[in-house]
Amino acid sequence: MTAENIKKEPLIRVAKRPEVSSKKAMLIRFSSIIVALLLGGLIILALGFNPVAVYGDIVKGSLLSGTALKATAKIAVPLLGAALAIAPAFKMKFWNCGAEGQITVGAIVSTYFALNLVDTLPRPVFFVVTFVVAAIFGGLWGLIPAFFKARWGTNETLFTLMLNYIAIGFVKYLRIGPWMDKGQMFPKVPMFDKAARLPEVFGVHIGWIIILALVFFIYIYMTRTKHGYEIAVVGESVSTARYSGMNVAKVIMRTMFLSGSIAGIVGWMLVCGTNYTLSDTTANGYGFTAIVVAWLSKLNPFVMVLISAFLAVLQKGSNTIQTNFGIPASASEVLTGLILLCMLGSEFFINYHFVFRKKTVGGED
Amino acid sequence: MDNAVIQIKNLTKTFGSVVANDHVSLEIRHGEILALLGENGSGKTTLMNMLSGIYYPDSGEIFVDGKEVLIDNPRVAFGYGIGMVHQHFKLVDVLTAAENMVLGLNEKGRLNTKAIGEKIRKICDQYGFNIDPDKKIYDMSVSEKQTVEIVKMLYRGVDILILDEPTAVLTPQETEKLFTVLRNMKKDGKAVIIITHKLNEVMALSDRVAVLRKGVHVGDLITSETNPQELTNLMVGHSITLNINRTLCEKPVKKLEVKNLSCVGDDGVKILDNVSFDAFGGEVLGIAGISGCGQKELLEGIAGLQKVSGSIKFYSDENSEPEELNGKSPKDIIKKGISLSFVPEDRLGMGLIGNMDLADNMMLRSYNKGKSPFADRKAPAELAEKVVDELEVVTPGINVPVRNLSGGNVQKILVGREIASEPSVLMSAYAVRGLDINTSYIIYNLMNEQKERGAAVIYVGEDLDVLVELCDRILVLCDGKVSGIVDGRNTTKEEVGLLMTSLGGEKEVVSL
Repeated sequence: MTAENIKKEPLIRVAKRPEVSSKKAMLIRFSSIIVALLLGGLIILALGFNPVAVYGDIVKGSLLSGTALKATAKIAVPLLGAALAIAPAFKMKFWNCGAEGQITVGAIVSTYFALNLVDTLPRPVFFVVTFVVAAIFGGLWGLIPAFFKARWGTNETLFTLMLNYIAIGFVKYLRIGPWMDKGQMFPKVPMFDKAARLPEVFGVHIGWIIILALVFFIYIYMTRTKHGYEIAVVGESVSTARYSGMNVAKVIMRTMFLSGSIAGIVGWMLVCGTNYTLSDTTANGYGFTAIVVAWLSKLNPFVMVLISAFLAVLQKGSNTIQTNFGIPASASEVLTGLILLCMLGSEFFINYHFVFRKKTVGGED
Repeated sequence: MDNAVIQIKNLTKTFGSVVANDHVSLEIRHGEILALLGENGSGKTTLMNMLSGIYYPDSGEIFVDGKEVLIDNPRVAFGYGIGMVHQHFKLVDVLTAAENMVLGLNEKGRLNTKAIGEKIRKICDQYGFNIDPDKKIYDMSVSEKQTVEIVKMLYRGVDILILDEPTAVLTPQETEKLFTVLRNMKKDGKAVIIITHKLNEVMALSDRVAVLRKGVHVGDLITSETNPQELTNLMVGHSITLNINRTLCEKPVKKLEVKNLSCVGDDGVKILDNVSFDAFGGEVLGIAGISGCGQKELLEGIAGLQKVSGSIKFYSDENSEPEELNGKSPKDIIKKGISLSFVPEDRLGMGLIGNMDLADNMMLRSYNKGKSPFADRKAPAELAEKVVDELEVVTPGINVPVRNLSGGNVQKILVGREIASEPSVLMSAYAVRGLDINTSYIIYNLMNEQKERGAAVIYVGEDLDVLVELCDRILVLCDGKVSGIVDGRNTTKEEVGLLMTSLGGEKEVVSL
């Protein structure tokens, strides 16, 4: 047998790993964040700055003073809310990419009440009514793609994405049309009356209490209730759900209504608690970043609290490094992207490992 | 051996912690039909996949004509004359038979349809195949598709042909035809390997048997010098008795009366055509038919999962007025005690959730009980413990995801859960799909227990030998029509097989 007849075994092969303990899996995931921060450090270094100083300023600018902390919380709260909103849908494997639009719709109806009815209602009643109406309309906006999916099997990803643009387009129309602030040069919706602004607790609008309550609500809803069980079954296998007598269409629509409602509440909170007005950018990408939060937390509401706080720190901190170092604020997005990439990549290492070519056995006969 | 074409030495392949093949050595010879026998999950397919370049072994060597080779993709395997017909055919539906054969060959020049057709015809004449090269795959029956796969291999110059469970989808008549062709190929000096777990086929067709058990090569025997009992013992690892305890039906009580059930598919084709039958408590009614001729729709129709026309009357007990089931929601039908379990090809999809644990899977039947918005998780957990205990399910605990269990254990859980709800009509489709002999018999006996308890058992099965042994009556479906209802005690599998392929005159047994 001649040497050239022997082909070599591939240098590296990918093979499935034996089941990894959850401790080790968490360790792999955690180290992926470290790797992401190190990679980010390299980029900062390449830009000509000291990574330690930059990371230090991110922490300082987002956590280490009262005002900084409040500003960070104002980012974290709606982000967490949006993540909680999409969690039940994602559990059902209904890829709701429309939280952005559902937030916007909640914001629109809240704005309608704030501009027109704030004087006619007592303040607590006003907040309760706007809260409920925002939830209902956000829910209805979420129900549209669910209905089409349940009835005709349309693709929910595209559908929910497209509905975002409709909602935001409608805000543009309102801004330059019926709701334009007549006293301004630039077409914009007027600022809310003082009475229509949410009261604050510890310096942040009371929305944070509602969202924290929702953390517990969603956790219990998903793990303890019949509804939660149905969502999990439909997400895993529609045919199994059918065979156990579940009305799959009903579950899909009910869950998306809930998902949209929570997003609507986030919209209500953003206009009444943070911006005090409506604009094209009210939803501010929270609906999209929430997908990252939901994904990284594996849909666990308590982990979502940590992840959304972490992303809020990055976002707020990046404003600081912009002023202090002149690094564009979008650097935080690069860092978020790196973290997501590393964490998703780490799933591969949890399930697979590489096998390298062994020492050649020799080609002798 | 002097005429060994392929020698496999110490092949090992692991998937995670599962050892699929453990130092398997084997010889394959020209002019011989080798049966690779073993229960599901014993590593037969994995071994052959390594030979045909789908998997790459962890360790071990393969020799072709005495030279060590490395087969890292199917193209290389073709180069050595090795071709495999997989259980799920690898054909492009919208192309013709001829187009499928040349697909991927990357021959230079223009596609010469005439020459290709000529070559195909020559192969067909030589071995006794019968196919039309210009027929589209989607117009073909399962057996025709299989023929195309085999001819495709021969077209590519394969002289070592591997067939993975080739008879699973064939009627007895089609199986006989296939065997004739395979014998012709053997005479021509080709090596044929069939992967199977059916003993009668091994005895009828093969010259030599290699038995795998849990990834280990446990026996290499000459077929004429062995017998089914010895092979079973080798395959299972201990001796077992193969019989089903079919008791006589005592006082059958009518449970279901199905009349003129019809169903039209999305494409307007009739899937069920005026199906009528009765099912009695205390009997096992078997349903036979080539796969996809209405079995699934029939059961789903009764369970309320498929829109059908016609009437389904349910008698909850002897004296009560019948209730019409057609038009009721699946949930209501389940509440009446009509249970349907369907084991699809992937074995999980229609009754269990792989990622959920045993207790949560038990909940699928019971979660909706009571008015509270919260789900009761205690009762299902207790039921899971009970099923694990009574059916001897091998599992580290009830909090393990079902997907981590072996196929047999998964199906025990499915059947155990359905039985625990004490149904008055138990419909079960392919309950033993992919199970080893031992577990299959446990499941047959469970169904017999239900029959003795007084439930009407409706069993859709693939294995005619079993249907004839297990069922009191067998309803045969052919293209959505009832082609006959025969007495299970007086029929033969040939008779059932014939009814499966043709409407051989309406045939009905007079009484039970």
